[in-house]
Amino acid sequence: MTTPETVLSVNDVKVYFKFGTTGLFGKREQRYVKAVDGISFDIKRGETLGIVGESGCGKSTLARAVIRMVPAHAGRVLWMGEDLLELDGEAMRDKRKDLQMIFQDPLASLNPRMTLGQIIAEPLKTHFPQMPKSEMREKVAAMMKRVGLLPNMINRYPHEFSGGQCQRIGIARALILEPKLIICDEPVSALDVSIQAQVINLLMDLQKEMNLSLMFIAHDLSVVKHISTRVMVLYLGNVVEIADSDDIYANPSHPYTRALIAAVPDLDKAAPADRASLMVDGELPSPLSPPSGCPFRTRCPLVQDICVSEKPPLTETASGHSVACYFPTASPH
Amino acid sequence: MSLLEVENLSVTFTTPDGQVRAVQDVSFSLGEQKTLAIVGESGSGKSQTAFSIMGLLAPNGQTSGSIKFDGTEILGLPETELNAYRAAQIAMIFQDPMTSLNPYLRVSKQMAEVLMRHKGMSKTDAINDSIKMLDAVKIPDPARRVHMYPHEFSGGMRQRVMIAMALLCHPRLVIADEPTTALDVTVQAQIMDLLSDLQSDFGMSIVLITHDLGVVKGSCEETLVLYGGRVMETGPTDQMFAEPAHPYTRGLLKAVPRLGSTGAELATIPGNPPNMLRPPKGCAFSPRCGFANEQCNSAKPALEFFDAKRSRACHLTREQIA
Amino acid sequence: MSDTAIAEPGHEIEGSGQGRSLWQDARRRFLQNRAAVISLIVMILIALIAIFGPLFAAWNNEEVDWNVLGDIASMGGPSIENGHYFGVDELGRDLYARVVQGTQVSLMVGVIGSLIAVTFGTLYGATAGYVGGRTDNIMMRLVDILMSIPYMFVLILLLVVFGRSMWLLFVGIGLISWLEMSRIVRGQTLALKSKEYVEAALATGVKHRVIVTRHIIPNLMGIIVIYATLLVPQMILTESFISFLGLGVQEPNTSWGALISEGASTLQYGTYWQLVFPLAFFIVTLFCFFFIGDGLRDALDPKDR
Repeated sequence: MTTPETVLSVNDVKVYFKFGTTGLFGKREQRYVKAVDGISFDIKRGETLGIVGESGCGKSTLARAVIRMVPAHAGRVLWMGEDLLELDGEAMRDKRKDLQMIFQDPLASLNPRMTLGQIIAEPLKTHFPQMPKSEMREKVAAMMKRVGLLPNMINRYPHEFSGGQCQRIGIARALILEPKLIICDEPVSALDVSIQAQVINLLMDLQKEMNLSLMFIAHDLSVVKHISTRVMVLYLGNVVEIADSDDIYANPSHPYTRALIAAVPDLDKAAPADRASLMVDGELPSPLSPPSGCPFRTRCPLVQDICVSEKPPLTETASGHSVACYFPTASPH
Repeated sequence: MSLLEVENLSVTFTTPDGQVRAVQDVSFSLGEQKTLAIVGESGSGKSQTAFSIMGLLAPNGQTSGSIKFDGTEILGLPETELNAYRAAQIAMIFQDPMTSLNPYLRVSKQMAEVLMRHKGMSKTDAINDSIKMLDAVKIPDPARRVHMYPHEFSGGMRQRVMIAMALLCHPRLVIADEPTTALDVTVQAQIMDLLSDLQSDFGMSIVLITHDLGVVKGSCEETLVLYGGRVMETGPTDQMFAEPAHPYTRGLLKAVPRLGSTGAELATIPGNPPNMLRPPKGCAFSPRCGFANEQCNSAKPALEFFDAKRSRACHLTREQIA
Repeated sequence: MSDTAIAEPGHEIEGSGQGRSLWQDARRRFLQNRAAVISLIVMILIALIAIFGPLFAAWNNEEVDWNVLGDIASMGGPSIENGHYFGVDELGRDLYARVVQGTQVSLMVGVIGSLIAVTFGTLYGATAGYVGGRTDNIMMRLVDILMSIPYMFVLILLLVVFGRSMWLLFVGIGLISWLEMSRIVRGQTLALKSKEYVEAALATGVKHRVIVTRHIIPNLMGIIVIYATLLVPQMILTESFISFLGLGVQEPNTSWGALISEGASTLQYGTYWQLVFPLAFFIVTLFCFFFIGDGLRDALDPKDR
């Protein structure tokens, strides 16, 4: 078996947002929020990269920077060897065929004035305006069937569907162009548990069938663990740990990763005795004034002087397992 | 005698599209210092049950049945009498703290007002008590923070302020409606731990409304599962989670991805939640139930005890669904 | 909160057939609003009178009835026998014909004025809102400046300088009232722009022009329709005020405002009908538009989505 090729290679991407108001007369001090502060990762064909972190960690911004929905400040995004950040408008528009997105709020991501058929057909209309109506209808019908929507729903409007059905429509829209990479921005967090499982299974089936690469953003670790090949943990715009999915849960090396895992209530067994010691206090510091040195040091139970003065680099501790911490411990968990 | 006794509670809303029977024949009781989880998905009627206890239903909602608090009927009490119970005896914690705190008033003012109205305290005493309460919910530097505005607190801290406000008058019952849904996982764990600490300190009963089975498992002795406005199963949480007796509970527990599981297919519950304007004729869950038969599709099963503490509403025997 | 929790219609999609669009939903809600429906019917009747009224007139609107001219106060009152259903005006002309003519003019001012305002205001506001940034800033500051000008004063000045003409009146009123419209549309556009479905379209590579026409404008239609309905009576009021001042439409043309003005000035001679009939039409129309606007607002309220 050959190793699958790398489709997406993100290199030291930074997204800074300006703030400090610009008045009508003259400028005030310019400052930046480092929403994404130099992140690198690769995604192979057919692989799922899970991106985990709490709100404000930059996971959505990172995903949007990759497909140029927000401008990146620096870095390179190599898609099949081509830097997306360098492309002009028309060339980028053409690339969007391969890069699609699924959103968090299923209903809000569908135009309330369009029928299901029109919504799913929109990407086709955009990229293949010459396609005959009949062929378009056929493709839409086939895709609806594939994601589990009944043919008689084609003229219905989004508000007539439940959340799970709306998310299926969103998935159909993302897949109609047969893309190669799908960015899933918390696609199941707004859904009920019983519906969540349906959507996750659907995504995994489609991935296998179409050999898709997924970038799967979530705050729910168990969902990410279930669907991902590799998992990347973000904290305040920085990668704190990245490893294979099984590995990161078996041997979490960064104290933040351990805290995240400890915070997930386990349905199968009683809480471990050391749960309290693994949990962290406090909350995410304001990204407007991030801590010096290691971004996690304000909440870290292991903090030392060096963490305050210098930011730990992301270093490989085992094959395919990198962590940004001066005191990584592969404590048995 | 139990602190809260709910019997045959039904809530019906009149909407332009027709009658919506949001809650039907829900009964449960809750003892002093106990915690009950009401679990359900969106549209299951869990929030409407909580709102009926608090007398906070939307004006187009009608209730029937009985809600007894400490032996007194509180369902349908006039607003003025109900106010005596709210805050002082029964308090509520909401999902989104920002919508229930007034953004234009300092926290000190909002908290002191509650104490001044319900306990007739002087302003200084009220503020002192508020500071003590903020300290109890582990807000650092409470004497300074009490004078801040709600937006100056972070999400988790705001939820702590909400909890402090709810506990100000030392209520005997706290209804927490999805108190951690809007929070991040690490903060969620902090808040749930805080709630159980406070329960042992203050000795109140808690009704926890949630869709998150993980939260229930960690913190509630008893669980009640709602689906389509009806009770599916009740019982001690540990027993129910170890050995669910209703097909819906079973499906729900299986559908949750586990950290320990491997990447196999997740078990799912097929189909979609019921449309409450046109609920199924028989058991609310029958259209999605793998075991459903003729009887399930035509007649609603009654909630029956099969054990000293556990009850279920299902036409099939426990062996049949195992 | 409670509403969304209890009623999420349509989870189980039954039957085949067509879906209910938001417009169909809105129509159903509108038809349940009795005041709005009655107002709509009355409004249609008034419009029919404006169009077909002249067919039933026994007298031409410019003809002078010499029989009654001598003693209008006692002989010029409403009567079926001599064909003056609404009586005659101060110059012995048939008031029914005059009111029908005034209705035509007033409704036209209202409708055309608000059409100009809505079209221009929507385009301007949607552009400012969608483009955003500095363009938005400049465009909206311009609106602020224009809004600070006392427009009634300017309109009167225009009419005095360029002479009284109906077209100037149309254009003048329309061009002034787009300002508020553009503000409303801009605000809505800003809100719509950040919706996830717009983001979804952008992520697919849909062009900006198409996003505006396919995703922004159709979702603005609700507020535009409501506002346009409320704008019509405002236009009619403005025109009436100007005509009341004697600067509006010119003889032999007339409008409600001009008729009311004439009627009011002759009230002392006991010719009450000269005031009552145009005033009745005027008030009934205004009420109808307000009720219809109200009904539309309830029906199209985005909260009910």
